[in-house]
Parts: sequence; C-alpha cells; structure tokens
Amino acid sequence: MTTARGGEVTIRDLSKSFALGGRQLAVLRSLNLDIRSGECLVIVGASGSGKTTLLRILAGLERADGGAVAIDGKRVEGVGEERAVIFQEPRLLPWLTVLGNVAFGLEVRGVSEAEAEERARFYIALVGLAEFSDAYPRQLSGGMAQRVGIARALTVQPEILLLDEPLGALDAMTKISMQEELARIWSEENVTMVVVTHDLEEAIYLADRVLILPKEKGGAARLIDVDLPRPRERSESRFVRYREELLREFGLH
Amino acid sequence: MTLQHIERSVGIGGHNSGNGFGTEALRLAGRTSTRILSRYGVLLGFLALWQIAASSGWVNAAVLPPIDAIVAALWKGLAGGSLLGDIAISLQRASLAFAAAVLVAIPLGLVMGQVRAVETALDPILQLFRQTSALALYPVFILLLGLGEASKVFVIFWATLFPLLLNTISGVKEVDPKLLEMARVYGARRLTIFRRVVLPGAVPSIFVGLRLGATTALLLLIASEMIGANKGIGFQVMNAQYNFQIPLMFAAIVILAALGLIANQALVSLQRRLCRWSNTVG
Repeated sequence: MTTARGGEVTIRDLSKSFALGGRQLAVLRSLNLDIRSGECLVIVGASGSGKTTLLRILAGLERADGGAVAIDGKRVEGVGEERAVIFQEPRLLPWLTVLGNVAFGLEVRGVSEAEAEERARFYIALVGLAEFSDAYPRQLSGGMAQRVGIARALTVQPEILLLDEPLGALDAMTKISMQEELARIWSEENVTMVVVTHDLEEAIYLADRVLILPKEKGGAARLIDVDLPRPRERSESRFVRYREELLREFGLH
Repeated sequence: MTLQHIERSVGIGGHNSGNGFGTEALRLAGRTSTRILSRYGVLLGFLALWQIAASSGWVNAAVLPPIDAIVAALWKGLAGGSLLGDIAISLQRASLAFAAAVLVAIPLGLVMGQVRAVETALDPILQLFRQTSALALYPVFILLLGLGEASKVFVIFWATLFPLLLNTISGVKEVDPKLLEMARVYGARRLTIFRRVVLPGAVPSIFVGLRLGATTALLLLIASEMIGANKGIGFQVMNAQYNFQIPLMFAAIVILAALGLIANQALVSLQRRLCRWSNTVG
C-alpha cells in the first residue's frame, strides 16, 4: 500500500430538498463532514434520509441547494476525473464485451484503445473474470456483472470511489463474497471509498467510520468509528457489539 | 409411437449389429426430418390440400388452379424471361423508395429522438401525415408528379418513411437513461454519448423499423403498380386477372411473397451480424 494521494472530501453546510406534491421535502439539512483521504466511509440511514442524494451530490450528478463540497480543496461543480461511481445496477453496455465495458471509462476519457484494453485486462483479472473477457453482459450472472461494473470504475484509477448500494441487488451468498472482495480491493487500491448501504452488517464489515443520517427533522448526523482489525470476522463479539450499537441508532434493539 | 420412438429403436438395432456410424447418420437424418416436419408440416399440408382440391374438381380450377399449373406458369415466366423485366422494374421502384426513406428517416429520427425542440415542432405534422393513408394521397401525388415513375416511387417512399421514422425516434428515446448517466459519470461529452451509447442502443429498434418499412414498401409497390402501370409485378397480377391467365396471376403473387421473404431474411441476417450481443433477434 502506498501513501494516500488525495481524495479528501470536505462537506460544509450541505442542504438539499425535493419538491413533493407542492411541499418542499428536506433530505439533507446543513450537513458537515470531512472524509479522510484513503478511508472507507459507509453511509447508512432509513430510506428517505438522503444517503443516495448525498452520494449523487458527491458524484456531481446532482446539485445541492446550499453549502458546498470540495475535494482536495477544489469545489465540486459536476462530475470529475478523480471520482468514479459504482451504481446498484451494473449499468453495462449490452453491445460491448466485458473487456469493452471495462475499457469504456478510459476510452471515453481519451485513452487509446490499446492502452485502455491493457489496463482493463488487469482489473478484469483483479475481480476474477479473466476468462470472461469476451463474454457479453447477458451471459453473466448478477454478481459477475457487478464485478465488471467495479472493474470499470477501478480502471480509471479514481481517488474517490463512490458506491451506491453496490451489492443491494445481489443474493445473500454472493453479497458476502462481494463484501470480502470490496474490502480487499479497497486495501489494495489505496482509494477513498464512500459506500451507501442499508445493510448494517455490510457497513461494519467495510467501514472505518459509519455515518448515520437522521430521518426526522432536527436530528443530527452521527459518526461511529469502527475500530476493528481487518480482515474482519462477522461472528466476533466486538463486531456483534457494533452491530447492536447501529441497531440501537435505528431504534431496533 | 412417435417418430422419435421409431428413431430410437432403429438406433438400438443398428448398434447391436455393430454399424455405429451408419446408425448415427440415420439418427441425424431422422432428427432433421422431424424438425422439418414440425416446422413446415402445416404449410406442406395446405399446399397438398390445394393441389388435391384443384385437380380433383372440388373447387373451380379456373379460379384456383392446381399448384403444378402455377409452378409451370412461374417457370415459364422466369425461364422464358417474360417476368424478369417486371421483377427488375418493381425492384427498382421499391428499392429506390426504400433507400430514400432510410436516408431521410434515420438521420431525422436520430435528431428528433435527441433534440426535444425538434421533436416538439415536428410531431403534430408527422402525426397528421402518418394518420393519412398513403393510398388516399396517391391521387394527389399523381396530380403533382404525373402518372410515371416519380409518383410511384414517391408514394412508396411516403408510406415507408413513417415506420422507419417512428421506430428510430423511439429507439433513441428508449435508451436506458441509467446508461446515459453512467457515460456522463466517466466524463463523456454529448457527441461521445450519442456515438457510443445512444446509437448502438437504438439499432435493434431501427431494425424493427427497417423490417416494417420493407413490408410497407412492397405493399405500396403493388398498389401503385395496379394503377397506371404497364410493367411490374403488381401490374402483372392485375393484367393476368383481366386476361384470365389465372396461373400467371398466382405466379406473380408467388414472386411477391418470395420478394417479401427475401427482403425480411436479408434484414434479419444483417441484424444478427450487427446485434450479436442481443439474443432477441427473431
């Protein structure tokens, strides 16, 4: 692992609301947060708490109503080359092979096809799909397709990887192995990772810190440090205690 | 006992006698004939019924001539060359009109699907034109362009335009917005998104338009050749009927059907080539 190379996020007084049936519905209210370079921050919160909205603002896909986001001191105005997004759906182009899809991000950014494919092959191997390079998306399982999406995001070597419920659509078994894979990739790639999830166990498995967004008006966002050695063991007593702490936050325990 | 049962027992017998290769070939032949029968059985039955009905006098053979008479007329027309000129002129009319429709409809549809303002401006007039039958407008085209080639090609072009245009527009508009957003996240500009996401995404729908357009072009070809033509397959159908050359009339109809099948098959195989990523090509 090399030293961190940036990817520090500063969020100041961020607010966003949506018009819903003639009313303004606030989803983010003056949020302040510093995301450290190279950390894995997991955002949880009840549905409607604005976790996906926050991620989309970080990605530059949505504009905040107030406040600002800065990355390494530079204000975020839209999408940027230092960020990559992994969505809940793999969002693969069905007419491109695995190789074509993974190289797509680089090609769009003007990298030559030969170089893009070479780098793509490296990341396809990293997610364990080397022998599927020439397969088309329709031939892949859900978990494999999501790996392709992950490889595509890694290929552009972002400083910040934004993941919007990346494993939300997968079955329980695939999900667990993909969580392990994400943890491995994060430790190998030295990248700042911001993950939105509604799976509390996933949050504890991946996170350096968990951000809990409040649902109700006036509630404050809370940060929990997850101080556990990696790779983490789900059945370990301290892991279970963190899980209970999170459940309490949601009033479920 | 089904065909497959027979096939199997033949196979076992062959194996006992030690002739493995021969039984394998036999089994393959049996399977192939089963496949052909299940696919074309009804069609063959229909033709057989026609032949029997016509040759045994159940129906008036002067109106529904037996298959062999139609085949003979077809052979005479093709081998003797008398129908070849008609085929050539018909193909020329249809393909000229079809090509013109492709050249106008696909670029226009791509722009209309992408640029909201253009679509909003053109939609009402296109809806009006589309709902007006091309056949109803044919007399208007004849008045404007005369009774020659121009009005024929134009009416085919006109009718072919709309299925192509509408399918191109919907192909562009139905490209998954999530894919567009994905491309945007990687920093793709508008033109890149169009070239790498919108265009390939619209291809299957454009092919639906092409196939519908080809069918429409042949339909309008015949209609236009039935009015004021002295050559062409459509003219031959009408002319043979006037002159009571019923086998020839059916021969011309068979040629039309064959042209339709060939055009559709050509488009399907082109689509297979271009859309290998999709397994939905039917």
